[in-house]
Amino acid sequence: MAQTIAIEAAVERSALFEFLLGMGDNTLVLGHRLSEWCGHSPALEEDIALANTALDLIGQTQLWLGLAGEVEGKGRNADDLAFLRDVREFRNLLLAERPNGDYGRTLMRQFLFDAWHYLALKGLRASSDPRIAAIAEKTSKEVAYHLERSRDLVIRLGDGTAESHARMKKALDELWSYTGEMFVNEAHDAALAAAGLAPEPESLEAEWNTLVAETLCAATLGKPQGGYMHRGGKRGLHTEHLGYVLAEMQFLQRAYPGASW
Amino acid sequence: MATALRPSIEDVWNWLSHVPDPEIPVISVTDLGIIRDVAWDREALVVTVTPTYSGCPATAVINQDIERALKEKGIENVRLERRLSPAWTTDWISAEGREKLGNYGIAAPIDGTTAEGRLMERIAGLAGGAPLTVQCPRCNSGRTEKISQFGSTPCKASYRCRDCLEPFDYFKCI
Repeated sequence: MAQTIAIEAAVERSALFEFLLGMGDNTLVLGHRLSEWCGHSPALEEDIALANTALDLIGQTQLWLGLAGEVEGKGRNADDLAFLRDVREFRNLLLAERPNGDYGRTLMRQFLFDAWHYLALKGLRASSDPRIAAIAEKTSKEVAYHLERSRDLVIRLGDGTAESHARMKKALDELWSYTGEMFVNEAHDAALAAAGLAPEPESLEAEWNTLVAETLCAATLGKPQGGYMHRGGKRGLHTEHLGYVLAEMQFLQRAYPGASW
Repeated sequence: MATALRPSIEDVWNWLSHVPDPEIPVISVTDLGIIRDVAWDREALVVTVTPTYSGCPATAVINQDIERALKEKGIENVRLERRLSPAWTTDWISAEGREKLGNYGIAAPIDGTTAEGRLMERIAGLAGGAPLTVQCPRCNSGRTEKISQFGSTPCKASYRCRDCLEPFDYFKCI
């Protein structure tokens, strides 16, 4: 009996660790992608806005990966998890690692992610783990501003000039096949939902569809229908792009292990 | 150390009210509402601080400043604790803090206008989703427009006054 409970607790702990890595890796990888724009955006205000969004996401990463390290119980902190894991150990959505492309594609990626992120955090505010609920309460307020901004810009550019409309349409078509993964239940998700720790990914799909359809309609872009959906990020099966992100992000800690200043 | 020689909690709050925010130095950490508790735990003074934004780079500097200010007052044993919940809200910025922000050229947050509330209203097509009317902190005109969701820091948005033509920061409600 005691052994069964111990095994169940271990299974739940490892499921929770995987889940927290997913939350932290999404914000880390997307935060890094956005920071690539710093100094290159089409306008100063946009440059500042993207850098600030990146800053929010990296700050949120510290909360999620910090808790992941605590749950794992092996003495790894947020920095260890960010800088000393390799591609196969990352649990972020493939969408987060998509290259920036032009500014329209960056904004479309941001909107599709923000809509999911906002709804996921809203669900997590009711988590049975008060540490998760506290992070979700804190970060969802920030993410509401991300979503407000990316939604506004998707509408302005989609419903803008012929050129901006065409670019946003292309971005949407390119990124759409990376959205299905957000709602795929992985092996550990049922255990987490049963324990009240996190809602099942598929439970977010209907509300996300409504929100995204409303915005895309206002943007005169129309919502793509179904089609093939990529998956694998949440299991560590990534596209070739993540390796390049990590090569740049982790260079210092790999070249000079333990360096601090 | 004898308990009688300890500074009172009121004195500590008063000292903290002179620790400036590193990015907006006209307001203090107590004006911002980020000091959630001050208490003695045996020989240690425990100051509970809540972060403003998750990624705010000022957080580490604020902690250092608090420790330094208290050490200058002779308190060697200071322990800072982070409290995430309830999450910081601009509703906690004091009336005095709001006045100081205005005088400094930053429009104070308009309570009850978080992005979350407005976003849902806008998606539902309700009137509450209309753009905010932020008063220009220089000429008090209400004819202003938002330039960008983010200003010089994540907590602010960039606005422009259409009467006096000055750009200014608005401290967003969160």
